[in-house]
Amino acid sequence: MSTRLLSPLAVLLLWELGSRVGLIPAHIMPAPSALATTLSDLLVSGRLYEHLGVSLRRAALGLAIGVSLGTALALVAGLSRRGELAADPLMQILRALPFLGVIPLFILWFGIGEVTKVALIALATKTPIYLTLYGGIRGVDAKLVEAADTLGLNRLELIRHVILPGALPSFFVGLRYALGISLLALVAVEQINANSGIGYLINEARDFMKTDVIMVCLLIYSVLGLLTDAFVRMLERHALAWRPLMPSLRAA
Amino acid sequence: MPVRIDRGRPRADADSQRAVRARGLVQRFGDRTVLDGLDLDIAPGEFVALLGRSGSGKTTLLRALARLDRISEGELTAPAAVATVFQEARLLPWKRAWQNIALGLRIADARRHALAALDEVGLGDRADAWPSTLSGGQAQRVSLARALVRDPKLLLLDEPFGALDALTRMSMHRLVQRLWRTHRPAVLLVTHDVDEAALLADRVLVLSQGRIEHEERIELPSPRSVEQPEFRALRRRLLTSLGVDEAGEAVAAPASRVQAALR
Ligand SMILES: Nc1ncnc2c1ncn2[C@@H]1O[C@H](COP(=O)(O)OP(=O)(O)OP(=O)(O)O)[C@@H](O)[C@H]1O
Ligand SMILES: [Mg+2]
Repeated sequence: MSTRLLSPLAVLLLWELGSRVGLIPAHIMPAPSALATTLSDLLVSGRLYEHLGVSLRRAALGLAIGVSLGTALALVAGLSRRGELAADPLMQILRALPFLGVIPLFILWFGIGEVTKVALIALATKTPIYLTLYGGIRGVDAKLVEAADTLGLNRLELIRHVILPGALPSFFVGLRYALGISLLALVAVEQINANSGIGYLINEARDFMKTDVIMVCLLIYSVLGLLTDAFVRMLERHALAWRPLMPSLRAA
Repeated sequence: MPVRIDRGRPRADADSQRAVRARGLVQRFGDRTVLDGLDLDIAPGEFVALLGRSGSGKTTLLRALARLDRISEGELTAPAAVATVFQEARLLPWKRAWQNIALGLRIADARRHALAALDEVGLGDRADAWPSTLSGGQAQRVSLARALVRDPKLLLLDEPFGALDALTRMSMHRLVQRLWRTHRPAVLLVTHDVDEAALLADRVLVLSQGRIEHEERIELPSPRSVEQPEFRALRRRLLTSLGVDEAGEAVAAPASRVQAALR
């Protein structure tokens, strides 16, 4: 792990040096030390907490709705033929729709408030959950299902003990995609007419030409991405403890 | 040799005399007839081995008995309590060994029964192991325990030792024999291995052209061994009925060659 930090640290060092000797102009890219000061100012003033809180709430709410929706539709389509006929064609059409494209439509429908923002995140995240979970359910080893069938499980038990656990690894893949996409959608919706949130901080900083604030906010987006991914991985390790460890993971 | 049919007996009596009864069993896939008017009887507690060339329909017959496939035509009765062990252990990877065994058990204290079954197959200490951490032989023993804990009247084994090495296979033979003696289910063992069939079974059947074409009741002095002259004679007859031409040569060959000849 520590060796993986070497190259980012080296870049930081060169960057700092370049800024100090005047190779990198401060209005293009402030020095790392300047960014650290900006970050601490934002923290001390409490502005960061406030806006980060708003952004996180948007992402979490949108994600929760999107994941629930995607999961429900995947169960309907995955567990019954009729459900598949009803849900899957619609989902395939929706999937082909670039979610950023519906922003104008959502604004007309829901206004420029929170509803549009949350709805867009939900729309964007339900797709990866649906696709992976549906695929996971359909991909459960038919031989295992057959064996469980000979043990006298009824349909509900079969779903609970065989099909859902079998589809769980796929679900986690979908969840990680969904988290990434939720951040992307968050950035997009916060560009449109926000008066709070990290995206708002960025827009405001742009108007005042404060490169340092923009960069700190970008850094926060990427830390969010890393943290949420680590969180899902932890969940995954816990829920999928039965999986044989890959040699590379064992070493880590 | 046709299988004995007791037409005269009253039905109820006949049923108590048999674990399995098949008459004129036909199984078709599309226009391909795999089982073609097959007759079969298995007595309660009888150990029957089923030989046949690859593609002759052994698994098809087993699946019909396990009620995994509907039959196309004919009559088939089998006990409600059937348990199956497949060639691959087919354990749920996300359930620990004992949970795999307890799955679907509708009795009080399923866990205790599962643990006892694990003890019986010599894996009492691996109760909490994930299937991915078990060896092939161990996984197959768990699968056997999972079948036996259900107290089946009929135990179906579809080449359960096919993927195991020779030594593990021998210890599995002893295990299966011991379990069969304690629990006394009727057993139908599908195998490619003539020696395995002749060592374990009361009766060996050969499936060919969609029917039981050959049957040998085995009355060998116990303990059976591949060294007995009677055993060699039996093996030669079975190989001949399987259509292995150079039976004499195959008999002299190591078991692996005999198997290879059958595949
Ligand atoms: N579901 C199915 N659909 C179509 N054909 C099938 C199906 N199941 C089996 N068959 C065909 O039936 C024939 C018998 O298959 P079966 O699996 O019973 O053979 P087997 O005796 O068990 O062979 P092996 O020793 O190789 O396991 C094969 O030709 C196979 O292709
Ligand atoms: Mg087979």
